Amino acid sequence: MSGPVSINVAAPRADPMAPRFLTVRRRIRESADVATLYIALDDADAQKFACRPGQFNMLYAFGVGEIPVSVSGDPALLDRVTHTIRAVGAVSSALVKLRPGDTIGLRGPFGGSWPLEDAAGSDMLVIAGGIGLVPLRPVIYHLLRRRADYGRVSLLCGARTLDDLLFRKELDAWRRTPDFQLRVTLDRADRRWAGDVGYVTNLLPKARVDLAETVAMICGPEVMIRATAQALEDIGVAPTRIFVSLERNMKCAIGLCGHCQFGPHFLCKDGPVYCYDRVRDFLAIREL
Amino acid sequence: MKDIAALLREHPFARELGDDIVTLIAGCARNAIFQKGDYLFREGAPADHFYLIRDGAVALETFAPGCGAVAFLTVKAGEILGADWLVAPYRSSFDARAVELTRAIAFDGKCLRGKCEADHHVGYEMMKRFIPPLVQRLRLARLQSLDA
Amino acid sequence: MQSDEQRLAAAVVTLEGIQAVLVSLRRRGFRMIGPTLRDRAIVYDDIETIDDLPRGWTDEQDGGRYRLSRRDDDALFGYAVGPQSWKQYLHPPRLRLWRARREGQDARIEHDAQPDERLAFIGARACELRAIEVQDRVFLDGPYRDPHYEARRDGVFIVAVNCAKAGGTCFCVSMNAGPEVRQGFDLAITELIGDGEHLFLIEAGSDAGRETLDEIPHRSATQTEIDAAAAVVAQTAASMGRQMRSDDLNDLLMNNLEHPRWDDVASRCLSCANCTMVCPTCFCTSVEDASDLDGAGAERWRRWDSCFTMDFSYIHGGSVRASARSRYRQWMTHKLATWIDQFGSSGCVGCGRCITWCPVGIDITEEARAIRATAAATGEPS
Repeated sequence: MSGPVSINVAAPRADPMAPRFLTVRRRIRESADVATLYIALDDADAQKFACRPGQFNMLYAFGVGEIPVSVSGDPALLDRVTHTIRAVGAVSSALVKLRPGDTIGLRGPFGGSWPLEDAAGSDMLVIAGGIGLVPLRPVIYHLLRRRADYGRVSLLCGARTLDDLLFRKELDAWRRTPDFQLRVTLDRADRRWAGDVGYVTNLLPKARVDLAETVAMICGPEVMIRATAQALEDIGVAPTRIFVSLERNMKCAIGLCGHCQFGPHFLCKDGPVYCYDRVRDFLAIREL
Repeated sequence: MKDIAALLREHPFARELGDDIVTLIAGCARNAIFQKGDYLFREGAPADHFYLIRDGAVALETFAPGCGAVAFLTVKAGEILGADWLVAPYRSSFDARAVELTRAIAFDGKCLRGKCEADHHVGYEMMKRFIPPLVQRLRLARLQSLDA
Repeated sequence: MQSDEQRLAAAVVTLEGIQAVLVSLRRRGFRMIGPTLRDRAIVYDDIETIDDLPRGWTDEQDGGRYRLSRRDDDALFGYAVGPQSWKQYLHPPRLRLWRARREGQDARIEHDAQPDERLAFIGARACELRAIEVQDRVFLDGPYRDPHYEARRDGVFIVAVNCAKAGGTCFCVSMNAGPEVRQGFDLAITELIGDGEHLFLIEAGSDAGRETLDEIPHRSATQTEIDAAAAVVAQTAASMGRQMRSDDLNDLLMNNLEHPRWDDVASRCLSCANCTMVCPTCFCTSVEDASDLDGAGAERWRRWDSCFTMDFSYIHGGSVRASARSRYRQWMTHKLATWIDQFGSSGCVGCGRCITWCPVGIDITEEARAIRATAAATGEPS
């Protein structure tokens, strides 16, 4: 590796392509291939890295690479930033192996957030498909913390199997929370499971929200997002009140590398959270 | 050159279906031919048609970023294709793509629904022939998704 | 459009004057880049004197075709644009973003210094100035400014040239990007050669340009010379190699994303990415992280990338745009349509490079025409 001759040790000003090195404080194994990392923030860092629900950071495994990961923790806890990562490639596999005390590189926060302030006063219907529960968990924390700001709140979760279901301790706690509806469904189940089995949209008739005025937030695989948003539209939820979080290849996260384009949108800066109304037509185009 | 009613009588769907009904529903039907790669219907588009496949094969697919087109069922000669035309809002749930040269009898869905509505005896004879293949398809979809 | 006042302030110089411009820039510490003849093409490279320019050469361009041939005169700028653009100097093909060192659980980033050289572009055409303007919007106007582009772009001295010959694949007129140089230059030259004379009408477009002009031997232009220069530009504008209606492309293309023409072009496109490499506005990059064998040192590099590669849109075990059809569609709709939504102007400047340097001669103007023809025939989006 060669390059220019002179070196500045410190960046003249903050470089959006340079990570900040922080320390992993805690690691929680969520499932066979999913782990949550709590990354410690001091007071100065807390200002810079405070993430709103729906935003993401670029997480850097030293020398390996960088991937975009949504924040998955409670936005009110400012002493940390929380990320839940599934190991699918070289970088994510390196990240899920990090232990308390290990160094992790972080750039962010990037992207827009779920419109929680604008939605105040409305019923909230949150629908998560599989790993889609990760970017939505901060939403639930916010809704529970600011419960009086919202009408009825309902979380519908779909997962492949019980072993794939994430955040089970939280789900149990939320199930016991008054004034909060939680329904979980699995694609298939063995006898350990006495709950619903079936596709997540099967739960929609059971959602205890006013469909005509609720705000809906959907996250999961794109086929599930399409099917769920369409199903919501069919039962009377206006496309302008449905919000989705989309995903594409990302390299820079600052709108300059071109990889995350989806039609005219750069997901990293215009998204990844979108009003369904704005992206509905583009979602129907194959290989866009 | 056979007329459409004659073609209809050759298809298992019309087995033991009275001549009067065959003639009646033939009024909603036309002969259709699809080249390999042609789409019979697209996901999200109005579900206007119901097909009886005479020969060839049609794949039912959806599309996912990173996976492209994903087929989950092929519908073959002697089988029926299309269920969304039966149920409001009459919108196709999936893509249907001919995987080889395919000949079919294409029914105008609105026309056929109209005839069923106008004469419930006709409607029941139609439903008796739709329901079993759809139930079978549902049964097999369960087994297929169990991956076991 | 220069006013009559400015026109009358136009000067005329000889070859010596052009040489004097280069000498002046050299003396002031500029690194001069200009057209040179290399590898049977006209490519931008470092230059010192006017002898480094491809004097007396011209080019013949068509779809998938580029040939040089000798002119019967000694014009300094008697050719259109070559395969590259100024992009490689402002937006480098390979760039180290930072180095990092790790000691135990401690890690820190080290940045390279930005280059402190000042660039002078000699012989920039109107389409290229427009392309620089387009990239300025991409790199400097967004929520994140690119410091590497900014450092290189700052203080660039531009000696522009009004094209005296339209290239075989040029369509800058259709994109309202030329052939006349209107803004974004320090000096603009129109070469007047013929009848035993070899002169250059020269105009200043900035204070730096005016100061340079004052330094070199020149005289006021006569009305005849001014008219002659205008005639040269008019002649170029009237002889464009290609044409493309460009006022409706956003709607036209975005309403025809499933048009059969995309299958047609896909059957010809090799996904070789030449078009994105030669295009003066394409800006996509990728990031590469690397480490030392001992794991204590790491680097991050940025390099040009192309939406034509299979990797470009990779997520979840596959590419979103797996087919050549979808990748060609992405490139063309971004360039001509969604760029407008993103940056407020077209991404295309009509330079024709993508047509010339496509190995199979795919012509973006022809593709647009073909889609428009069928879309119009049915009277509705296909």
